[in-house]
Amino acid sequence: MAEPLVRLEQVTVQFDDRPVVDRVSLVANRGDIITIIGPNGAGKTTLIKAILGIQKTDRGQVKLAPGLVIGYVPQQLLLEATLPLSVRRFMLLSGRALTECEAALKRTGVHHLLDASVHHLSGGEKQRLLLARALARKPDLLVLDEPAQGVDINGQAALYELIRELRDDLHCGVIMISHDLHLVMAATDKVICLNQHVCCSGYPADISHDPAFIETFGHQVAESLAVYHHHHNHRHDLHGDVVNSARTDGACNHEHH
Amino acid sequence: MSIIDAILDDFFWRALLGGLGVALVAGPLGCFVVWRRLAYFGDTLAHSALLGIALSFLISVPLNLAVIITCVVIALALVLLSRTRVLATDTLLGILAHSALAIGLVTLSFMPDVRVDLTGLLFGDLLAMNRQDLLWIYGGAAFVLVLLAVLWRGLLMSTIHEELARVEGVPVERLRLALMLMFSLVIAVAMKIVGVLLITALLVIPAATARRLARNPEHMVVLAIVFGFLAVGGGLSLSWHLDTPAGPSVVVTAFFSFLLVYSLARKPA
Repeated sequence: MAEPLVRLEQVTVQFDDRPVVDRVSLVANRGDIITIIGPNGAGKTTLIKAILGIQKTDRGQVKLAPGLVIGYVPQQLLLEATLPLSVRRFMLLSGRALTECEAALKRTGVHHLLDASVHHLSGGEKQRLLLARALARKPDLLVLDEPAQGVDINGQAALYELIRELRDDLHCGVIMISHDLHLVMAATDKVICLNQHVCCSGYPADISHDPAFIETFGHQVAESLAVYHHHHNHRHDLHGDVVNSARTDGACNHEHH
Repeated sequence: MSIIDAILDDFFWRALLGGLGVALVAGPLGCFVVWRRLAYFGDTLAHSALLGIALSFLISVPLNLAVIITCVVIALALVLLSRTRVLATDTLLGILAHSALAIGLVTLSFMPDVRVDLTGLLFGDLLAMNRQDLLWIYGGAAFVLVLLAVLWRGLLMSTIHEELARVEGVPVERLRLALMLMFSLVIAVAMKIVGVLLITALLVIPAATARRLARNPEHMVVLAIVFGFLAVGGGLSLSWHLDTPAGPSVVVTAFFSFLLVYSLARKPA
């Protein structure tokens, strides 16, 4: 077994003594697609910032493989209107050669926009540009924060499909945050349900990976069937606090179907 | 040598050379002011320059040095205070800008034997520029331009997306400090041209005018420098022919070129 790209051990991040990320452990290997889901304020973004090294952790360890190159796709590219920027210039700011930048743009399907202004791109095009920007760095690990935000529903499915293809091409690891359960499940290996602590984690039903099944029944059925089934042995109240006392040591037991 | 001497002996040429030197750095830095929404921040630093002047008389340090140091200290204080989030940043800026200006004025009033030309400090005294001022301006400009060229990619990247820049290994915080140092330097040298009250105009107006025509950041920087040159040249001519105050004339020229470009040019890319 190769060394994992990322290993988190009992990582805790606190804001004003309130744990936002609470004793989270996870391992990401090459070829993994790990999707982090969870309600608003569950600490998803804080967790990936800890992985990216731009959020200090209060306890626990984030271990990255030596020489790991991370391609980061932020939630949005909110460009100041006063800053003129073409797609070409934005790509070149990665410090990579133009040929590499163009190859990355082709891979994400926005090469025709090379000389367009970033201000004129649609939400979907911007996300593909950000993805190309991350690809140009030839990453070992792609980290995406809600990559489909601001993308219409058809575009979303295509975007997740693209991410899966990129994983296969680059043989990189992928860690992403998503709200789009139905879409994500068909393209993901492992799901982590986060609500400060890891509520549960595991693999979506195997059947969703079967191309024959998807072809026969169509994407919609496959996707709805692919939704990860699990039982929590604890409940959360409206504040996200654990209600019953089953959880004592930070790990929770689940039954997986 | 004789031609250069002849030029440098003429107050009008000295003023023009000095003004162009300041426009050379005000262009690129003004772009960062516009991109990073630092207009009010720049204003605060400029106001605190007056405090620096007062201090330079009080403890007899060279004027430019005192202004630079005061600006750097105020800039650092601003960054630290805004991190505590006790008050909104614009409130903080409002407090510091005018307090620094007022403390500067009050301090000066305690030194009756110091004769300062307050109007010159507030609105600039371009025509009184001497050779030493020119040396400061071009020395400062060269330093800032070299620093900008070296740090350009990182500065631009952290302006576009700070977190993305961080992930890519750009030292965002150090670059922020470098940018503040450059602002302080430019304010110290630009003070002579347009005075502490009008410096922000020289930073913001040419850059904003350039935005209308620019397709890329570098393009905008070059255009901002050109519009800065036009403002200085036009303002000085205005001042020469109509006997108007030089500093405000520069700003008025900048403003009219802004109006002209925005009414003629199509919406930008």
